[in-house]
Amino acid sequence: MALLEIRSVTRRFRDFVAVDGVSLSIQAGEFFTLLGPSGCGKTTLLRMIAGFDQPDGGQIVIDGKDMAGVPPEERNVHTVFQSYALFPHMTVEQNIAFPLKMSRCPAGEIGARVREALDDVSLLGMEKRFPNELSGGQRQRVAVARALVNRPKLLLLDEPLAALDAKLKEKMQLELIALQKEVGITFIYVTHDQEEALALSHRIAVMNKGRVEQLDEPAVLYSAPKNRFVADFIGECNLLDCTVALQDGGTLDLDVAQLGRVRAAGVEGSAGATQGTLALRPEKVSIARALADETCVNRFRGKVHDYLYTGDVTLYIVEVEGGRRIEVMLPNNAVGRSSKFFEPGDAVEIGWREDAGHFLRD
Amino acid sequence: MRRRPWLVWTAGVLTYLFLYVPLIIVVVYSFNDSRLNAEWVGFTTHWYGELLRDEQMIEAAWNSLLIGVVASAVSTVLGTMAGYAIYRFRLRLLPILVVMPIAIPEILMGVSLLIFFVMLNLTLGLVSIILSHIAFCVGFVAIVVRSRLSGMDESLIEAARDLGATPVQAFRLVTLPLIMPGIVAGALMAFTLSIDDFVITFFTAGVDSVTLPLQIYSMIKIAVTPEVNAVSTLLMLLTLVLIVIATRLAPGSFRGK
Repeated sequence: MALLEIRSVTRRFRDFVAVDGVSLSIQAGEFFTLLGPSGCGKTTLLRMIAGFDQPDGGQIVIDGKDMAGVPPEERNVHTVFQSYALFPHMTVEQNIAFPLKMSRCPAGEIGARVREALDDVSLLGMEKRFPNELSGGQRQRVAVARALVNRPKLLLLDEPLAALDAKLKEKMQLELIALQKEVGITFIYVTHDQEEALALSHRIAVMNKGRVEQLDEPAVLYSAPKNRFVADFIGECNLLDCTVALQDGGTLDLDVAQLGRVRAAGVEGSAGATQGTLALRPEKVSIARALADETCVNRFRGKVHDYLYTGDVTLYIVEVEGGRRIEVMLPNNAVGRSSKFFEPGDAVEIGWREDAGHFLRD
Repeated sequence: MRRRPWLVWTAGVLTYLFLYVPLIIVVVYSFNDSRLNAEWVGFTTHWYGELLRDEQMIEAAWNSLLIGVVASAVSTVLGTMAGYAIYRFRLRLLPILVVMPIAIPEILMGVSLLIFFVMLNLTLGLVSIILSHIAFCVGFVAIVVRSRLSGMDESLIEAARDLGATPVQAFRLVTLPLIMPGIVAGALMAFTLSIDDFVITFFTAGVDSVTLPLQIYSMIKIAVTPEVNAVSTLLMLLTLVLIVIATRLAPGSFRGK
């Protein structure tokens, strides 16, 4: 049985429906992420799981027990807040001992368990410091240690890395993955950062306007988005409106305005479709002065409109002869790429394989 | 601004002189060896000794102290509750109700309280003074406590609940220690306001109960003797100390960043 069952949960604020009939089932031991833009309802959903807010409709069941009317202190669920919410008048030690004292842990055990928790997050020796004497990363670790010290069934994390700089964020992501593996507690992680979600999670629920758009493993979400929103939100994507010209078994011939005829692999549910969108990841498009790769069945000539150099890759915006602009990503160490960047105005050829694009029917 | 700092400085100095010269004169002449506040004769602490032998003055001081302690204690509890309620529940009417006694003219407050006590058939005296002091002190405490609360991260209370604290435990272990400086500052402010108050006390005191400000007023009706200067100086000193402590405890309520 699932550890957490969310059954058509709805939450309204006046006219605004923050969470709209969401159903999810989360297994014990999972690292589960709620991903979406701000205002998509992910934090509202998290607050209802923690017990700070009550759903207007539906049911939240934790470990087989309906949580309706159960206050936060009686739920075996702890939260790591975005602001960390460390008690400023208590030392690190007292902060971590707080949940133990609340659950009437014998006084003799508290010291050892606090030390164990500090060891988990490599903060031994910081016991007597106050939160304002710690760095951002250390505070984040204290918050995690405090939330984990009496081993809850479920740990909720509300954008816990949002306040950290990029380098530290990456380090903390690795630590979180290791910690989750070590303690085996179910994590529910809320973020608007798709890269973070892809890096951390076993499964991701992409939310938009209070609904779950897609729930899948990171690799599936990325390579087989179910709709325009997911394709656009996760990673970079060319979204080309198209009409189906011909459908022949496994392949689709699509007409794209300002581009032309494109061949794409059929996907489940594409039979009988007439309209749709072709989602094409920039890194799946090849670019050269003259393409040598024969597997690229879709080829178009054009010229470089502009480019973005980001260190490891360069993103080119190529305007094809029909006028459509396509984003193309080229790794900067790509085999066979010319020693020189393409400059704006350079004539180039772009192309992609039949199975590079992903057809989404309307 | 940068080009004429002397202008700012002059304006500043003149303003402070205007505010503080009268007070300094009062303090200086409390040590003057003369019955008159007219010219400096010589240094003496005679008037402070006189003060201690003045039974009426001592009684008035005791009354003021008693009223101040009781009124500030009660209004601290009520004001903290009001401040917390305003912060937590976003009520529309309560802030207005709480702040009103501060905003309305004191004389109006004094007259209406007098009419109110008479209607209730309450004998005017210490009790009526204490009640009216509570009425105008609650608002000050509520404002200081509320401002302390609004500087507090709301998720701290949620974190306490999340980690297993009941609402009462969360208040006692997290909210209360964090707003304590605000509460103490509010209490000190309430005490100073109570001990200084003249107008409202004047209306609600009745005939038998005298407080320090009332006693000083009745003395200067005859003549401003250096004894008045002496008692004023002591009162000023007490107020000053309490205000300094209050600003230290709740810098947010009195100071900018």
